[in-house]
Amino acid sequence: MILTLAAAGSSWADPAFWVFLAFAAMTVGSAVLVAATRNIVYSAYALLLTFFGVAGLYVFLDADFIAAAQVLVYIGGILVLILFGVMLTNRIHDIHLSNETTHPVTGAIIAGAVFLVLAYVALRTDWELDPRPAVPTSQEIGKAFMGKYLLAFEAASVLLLAALIGAAYLARRGEKE
Amino acid sequence: MMPVASLEWFLMIAAFLFACGIYTILTRKNAVSVLMGVELVLNSANINLVAFARFVKPAASLGPQSVPIPMESGAAAVIYGAPWASGHVFAAFVIILAAAEAAVALGIILGIYRSMGGVDVDEVSALKG
Repeated sequence: MILTLAAAGSSWADPAFWVFLAFAAMTVGSAVLVAATRNIVYSAYALLLTFFGVAGLYVFLDADFIAAAQVLVYIGGILVLILFGVMLTNRIHDIHLSNETTHPVTGAIIAGAVFLVLAYVALRTDWELDPRPAVPTSQEIGKAFMGKYLLAFEAASVLLLAALIGAAYLARRGEKE
Repeated sequence: MMPVASLEWFLMIAAFLFACGIYTILTRKNAVSVLMGVELVLNSANINLVAFARFVKPAASLGPQSVPIPMESGAAAVIYGAPWASGHVFAAFVIILAAAEAAVALGIILGIYRSMGGVDVDEVSALKG
């Protein structure tokens, strides 16, 4: 499996490949930290590094719009929400109790099996490769949003509005209590 | 120009992120941590979508880039965009849904914390028969 990956890799002499490896290592390492660390605040900050690494991977896939959306929405929005959740619901000072795990062995077995199946499929499938040209993406994404996927786009905007109202309703303090 | 790394690299990274997310969802007791695991899983799916859009040949069913509409006042067309743009649009929808999901989930978690005094998913079993 590792041999296949090494053979599939591009030129090891290319400095850009080493930058890619750095981003990949950052993503993978901080994902392990999210799953394994005992302190939930460390978990949240490791998630920041994971999101940032994934944004870097999008840049290596020539997906400029998605990379920018990743930084804006995930790091600027979702991560801040999660940090608010951590700060509002935990007693931060009891570090060792803030992020308990249960059944780690069973979880590791299931997660490992999932990874093995996904890796097997990824490495053994004969993908029909046809790389697209590395052009700026936002123009074509805009055409697709406003043409083929217009209905889904409008549905997503209604969903966002409903989620906004619902979240505000759920999170506010009830007047009756 | 080929990108610096091959498709398999991105698929393996995504698979690893997926496994980490599954492990986090399965083993954590804290509801906020479970939410972090869900975000990891969504991110890995997104990497796959964008990687396939970059590398793999689009399906023929994705159709032409524009469809002309006959109109009395001249020609018009529904513009569909390049076939690979579908992968990016799907990734954008995943990001939109993740944002909505995180907002609602955090609202629910705050509500649970206020009414039960904790966010341990094992102890939130008031509806259990």
